Amino acid sequence: MVVDVVLKPEISDPQGQAVLGALGRLGHDSVRSVRQGKHFVLEVDGTPDEAELKQIAETLLANPVIEDVELHLPKD
Amino acid sequence: MRIGVITFPGSLDDVDAARAVRLAGGEPVALWHADHDLQDVDAVVLPGGFSYGDYLRAGAIAARSPLMQDVVTAANGGLPVLGICNGFQVLCEAGLLPGALTRNSHLHFRNRDQVLAVERADTAWTQDYRVGQRIVIPVKNGEGRYVGSDADLDRLEGEGRVVFRYADGNPNGSSRDIAGVASENGRVVGLMPHPEHAIEDLTGPSTDGLGFFTSVLKAVVNA
Repeated sequence: MVVDVVLKPEISDPQGQAVLGALGRLGHDSVRSVRQGKHFVLEVDGTPDEAELKQIAETLLANPVIEDVELHLPKD
Repeated sequence: MRIGVITFPGSLDDVDAARAVRLAGGEPVALWHADHDLQDVDAVVLPGGFSYGDYLRAGAIAARSPLMQDVVTAANGGLPVLGICNGFQVLCEAGLLPGALTRNSHLHFRNRDQVLAVERADTAWTQDYRVGQRIVIPVKNGEGRYVGSDADLDRLEGEGRVVFRYADGNPNGSSRDIAGVASENGRVVGLMPHPEHAIEDLTGPSTDGLGFFTSVLKAVVNA
């Protein structure tokens, strides 16, 4: 399973803004905004329990106060 | 009075916190994060530092340590708990305090003597202060920007749970200048600045931090 964690839209992301500033200095003027996040890859024994994986993502991998999660379950 | 100070892997200020407890007249008790044993302490301090190297999120792994499960249960039963800096981050991650601490808005680690305005003088950790008092204690953090949704922050302020605000400049971009907050019952308090570094004239900018530790000794007696 892959979990992407991103800051909620209303939480400012100074690290993403710093990356955007660097891109501007490098001449990449077309980039309008950058949001930095985290990417987790989980390998699971047996058949993945979707509810359990959702719980893992929402209670440990992300802090629901400030972050949203996107779950990408393996398709077979 | 026995005041526990928890050491996590990566804690830095546990010895200073224990020293502050002793100077205030309490008996510091060293607690280890991996034990399931609060050793019958009357209150607990979660010290500053970088538990687990701030991996995942600051305080996130420490908040899931064995001893923290006991701290959550005891705090819900009224045990006074103080989280300083990384300890504040742990308390937010553990769900004992609302909100979250994130990267400073200016991206710099900020280390300076900080003026705080006291807004609550009736919590277990602040009864030796008075509302409106200004105190000076050091702040030192890279991820100290207090955030929450506007609705949550409105509710927090409405319930009078902001204990300290930054005065004379906001060092990290915290929402509404919030430096410290309390639980609903006022027994759990967290703040980013470091009262344990302001307890002696020789080593601190003031002795304003001592009041946290003298306050909790009274709170425990009166409980």
